[in-house]
Amino acid sequence: MRAALSTLDVARPRDLDHALALLHASLGDGRLVPMAGGTDLFVTLNSGVVPGPRFLDLWGLRELRGIRQLGDRLVLGALTTFTDLRIHPLVRRRYPALAAAAAEVGAWQIQNRGTLGGNIANASPAGDSLPVLLALEAVVHARSVRGAREVPFTALFRGYRDLALEPDELIAAVGLPAPPARAKQFFRKVGTRRAQSISKVVFAGLLRLGRDGRVDLARIALGSVAPVTLRAGRAERALLGARPSARTAAAARAALLEDIAPIDDIRSDRDYRRAVAGNVLEQFLRVVEPRFARP
Amino acid sequence: MSALLTLDLTVNGRRRRVRVPAMKRLLDVLREECGLTGTKEGCGEGECGACTVLMDGEPVNSCLVPAVQAAGARVVTVEGLARGPALSVLQRAFVERGGTQCGICTPGILVTAHALLGRARGRVPGDDEVREALAGNLCRCTGYQKIIDAVQAAAVAQRRPARARARNAPRGSAKNTARASARNAAHSIATNAPSAGAKLPARRTARATPKPARRRRRPAR
Repeated sequence: MRAALSTLDVARPRDLDHALALLHASLGDGRLVPMAGGTDLFVTLNSGVVPGPRFLDLWGLRELRGIRQLGDRLVLGALTTFTDLRIHPLVRRRYPALAAAAAEVGAWQIQNRGTLGGNIANASPAGDSLPVLLALEAVVHARSVRGAREVPFTALFRGYRDLALEPDELIAAVGLPAPPARAKQFFRKVGTRRAQSISKVVFAGLLRLGRDGRVDLARIALGSVAPVTLRAGRAERALLGARPSARTAAAARAALLEDIAPIDDIRSDRDYRRAVAGNVLEQFLRVVEPRFARP
Repeated sequence: MSALLTLDLTVNGRRRRVRVPAMKRLLDVLREECGLTGTKEGCGEGECGACTVLMDGEPVNSCLVPAVQAAGARVVTVEGLARGPALSVLQRAFVERGGTQCGICTPGILVTAHALLGRARGRVPGDDEVREALAGNLCRCTGYQKIIDAVQAAAVAQRRPARARARNAPRGSAKNTARASARNAAHSIATNAPSAGAKLPARRTARATPKPARRRRRPAR
């Protein structure tokens, strides 16, 4: 299996336009496999599975790096690593749930190499950053030889590991709209251990109470509980307009179980995931608003 | 069909130029092209951290890095931690505190801990901080506590001013080091022997160990 690595070819583009041209040109004849930090790709390669004969090395493309403010949007280059997210002051201050998710991806070594764009492109339903991006209503900045377009995260996942991107499109960046004012953010990953595990359930939530004391913003997103990372629309609707109480929390929990469709697999089983998803939802509500614990 | 790549990188301060397949793993480039076999392969999937090296100062799993992405990088392996024949403060702390048993995880752990101490800049990292930093380095022997003790002891030793260290040195610490290293070496031999110590009483292994009293020159500061 190791020998196979020596036969693999890598295209090294000069810049993003060159990369897009190479990717487009490869469509008819064995599509180039884009490669960012390699933390998912090399696990596959080392296990003997080769996703394609030729790779497109994105690591050196400066256009895909950096974090910058653009209007009220924070734009994260696709090659932003999880370490970058953990330490960036704006990310920590305005998007604490994203910084928290980055801190729980793999361990230090993986965080230094794994990228936000790679996490999205890999499209695993267990991707740690994905529920947060969904709850923050992030936008994917896609590029191709035809130009640039934006794909909202809510429309990104069409099915299991199936992204709403064309085969010659690259993720150039992720745009985060300004976080809703006064909304509390929450992230929780449940795995076999605190570091280095693939999640059994991964959860991100935003919640805000209006002046009248009722919930006026609720966004809940989960991973590892369905073929795709999803927004829990029923649970959100059970919360909107309600006053925080244990009864509201119980109603949201019941609604959440209608939103999710977990399976039995190597990491966990359906019943455990349903129980844990409900527990984490209640934890989220209690943490951001203690009145959810009261009768 | 796949062209070889001419790869320039700096390994442990030395410039290297190698011709390798572009997707060859940095781990294999280091072991095969550079002859640096201190870096180990454990799981080959980024879980165990045995292959940890520093790339531009940051710990990475070298089993997940293609050669093509190491172009121009400054790489530090476990061989780069010691200066000449002398162990680094961190390495000595592992010997003194029993932070090493079978040894397969040790190179990766030393490299990650080295980066942690560099980041701590003289502060002694707390238990949780060390545990989090080392979360990507698995050890199946020690139970981790002695590793954490060793990292913190090294942080304390590095913080102590050089003069105080020199003053303390003659008071038998070298002897303790030698004794501890003999104990650990004996332990490694006993546990690594095919019979795993079953037929080899501990006393005999201890005696069989190469004479440990050979003083290591203390690193120049």
